[in-house]
Amino acid sequence: MSLDPATVRRIAKLARIGVAEGDVARLQGELNGILGWIEQLSEVNVDGVEPLTGGAQIALRLRADAVTDGHIADAVLSNAPDRVGDFYTVPKVVE
Amino acid sequence: MTLTGLSIAEARAGLDARDFSAVELVQAHVDAAAALNPRLNAFITLTPELALAQAAGADAALGDGSAGPLAGIPLGIKDLFCTKGVRTTAGSRILDDFVPPYESTVTANLLRDGAVFLGKTNLDEFAMGSSNMTSAFGPVENPWKRAGDPGAVLVPGGSSGGSAAAVAARIAMGATGTDTGGSIRQPAALCGLAGIKPTYGRCSRWGVVAFASSLDHPGAFARTVQDSAMLLQSMAGFDPRDSTSVDRPVPDYAAACRRGVRGLRIGVPREYRADGMPEEVDRLWRQGLDWLRAAGATIVDVSLPHTRYGLATYYIVAPAEASSNLARYDGVRFGHREPGHDLTELYEHTRAAGFGEEVKRRILIGTYVLSAGYYDAYYLRAQKVRTLILHDFDQVFAEVDALLTPTTPNAAFAQGEKMDDPVAMYLNDVFTVPANMAGVPAMSVPAGLDGQGLPLGLQVIGRSWDEETVFAVAQVIEDAAGFSVLPALRAGVVR
Repeated sequence: MSLDPATVRRIAKLARIGVAEGDVARLQGELNGILGWIEQLSEVNVDGVEPLTGGAQIALRLRADAVTDGHIADAVLSNAPDRVGDFYTVPKVVE
Repeated sequence: MTLTGLSIAEARAGLDARDFSAVELVQAHVDAAAALNPRLNAFITLTPELALAQAAGADAALGDGSAGPLAGIPLGIKDLFCTKGVRTTAGSRILDDFVPPYESTVTANLLRDGAVFLGKTNLDEFAMGSSNMTSAFGPVENPWKRAGDPGAVLVPGGSSGGSAAAVAARIAMGATGTDTGGSIRQPAALCGLAGIKPTYGRCSRWGVVAFASSLDHPGAFARTVQDSAMLLQSMAGFDPRDSTSVDRPVPDYAAACRRGVRGLRIGVPREYRADGMPEEVDRLWRQGLDWLRAAGATIVDVSLPHTRYGLATYYIVAPAEASSNLARYDGVRFGHREPGHDLTELYEHTRAAGFGEEVKRRILIGTYVLSAGYYDAYYLRAQKVRTLILHDFDQVFAEVDALLTPTTPNAAFAQGEKMDDPVAMYLNDVFTVPANMAGVPAMSVPAGLDGQGLPLGLQVIGRSWDEETVFAVAQVIEDAAGFSVLPALRAGVVR
């Protein structure tokens, strides 16, 4: 499988990374180089093999569904690029 | 011996004996950082005032008998660990001015035991790289030099390149690192250090900036195996705030270093004998096996048949997890923001300006392999190959107690080499990636020099939860190798 320019633009859109039109061809070449190399996995027989999802070979631990933290709005907002009171700001979404 | 030349164990004994104070010890390292860091760029952020205040606290604790096991020991902290009130960048412009309001569990554990933090060490952006060349804060110079070629600037490896360079140059006595595909072991090998990646789940990932969550392992750098054991002892332990942290007692790692290898069975995986491996790497590997045999171990040939697929599997799984983890950098809640006319444009502008080229490549690859229509062909298949890699390890560890391999296919390379083709850079991690896939503990120990006088490491891989055997084997290699050559650039020797 090899990426065409339209697919490069589509995945950049999905990833919310702005890509200048002049960079599409370069990215296409780099990404196809990587994808061509990982294509070698298609030669491995994986019939009947269960996928391994995590590094820990254990069931994830559950905890009680209880509040463990809170009332630290200033700490949470301390790195906000822009804020109004206890709110983050974004460009106007609703007209 | 100057204070910067001591091991952690020696420094701790000196502090206990009142041969010198923690303030004196830390001041010597603060001075070394001031002299060397402008050239090496090993630290993104230095915090000398904080370090000296912590040292004064350590002296008080040493005086009243409450000193922890790392009291007064100056460390470098990879700038991927959140440190309360101290800027944490992950090597990225997108976190240029991020100041965490909390402390990672691993660094909190080190502080609990009295350690002193000199500052935050440089790294490849979001830990994505094998050379430290992708850092938004500039490359790091390896303090080692090729014999007869002092002009060539070598890379320290990566992603934890700043940590490795700082410890090798005697600016820090030890350092934290993280290892997702080799990011502790490869720079340890290239800088002549001991570097341990413990079992997945042994060290908490809470407060560590996430790259690929199922592969990320916090771990430690030091100049001796025993020092790395002392650091891991402090860093490890169950943390309820990390859902993959495992509630098991942490063994006495320093004691494990003294166990020896008599009666152990050491496996030699034939698939690691890569085509085109330099003769000197192969020779050092055979030398390591001879050392272990002489110390009473039995050497056994074994096979890990899916080794050759490890890297390709990694370059599906890691970007997939990264594309998900890095979705949080959107310019809204923290970090860099670029304005846009609407919300989507704000996201796209922020991420275009904030991420470097390697990070963008990996996010795009990850987005693609997770996208509708390609998920089964790439991501699901990679997860199944990962299972086969784990089975390989399970089978050999029924036969042997540990494995010995080279850590890297080559010694340190120069800045700018391997930069044209992303895949050429990825191949640096061919021997280290499988242990991340399986979550098993592994460490690199310096074992000798190549023909150009650069350090080479051997890798010891152990069973899950058995870091003790890894330390025991590494200690035997360290003792036999008698690695005592110093890097060209170090505290007191700036040029």
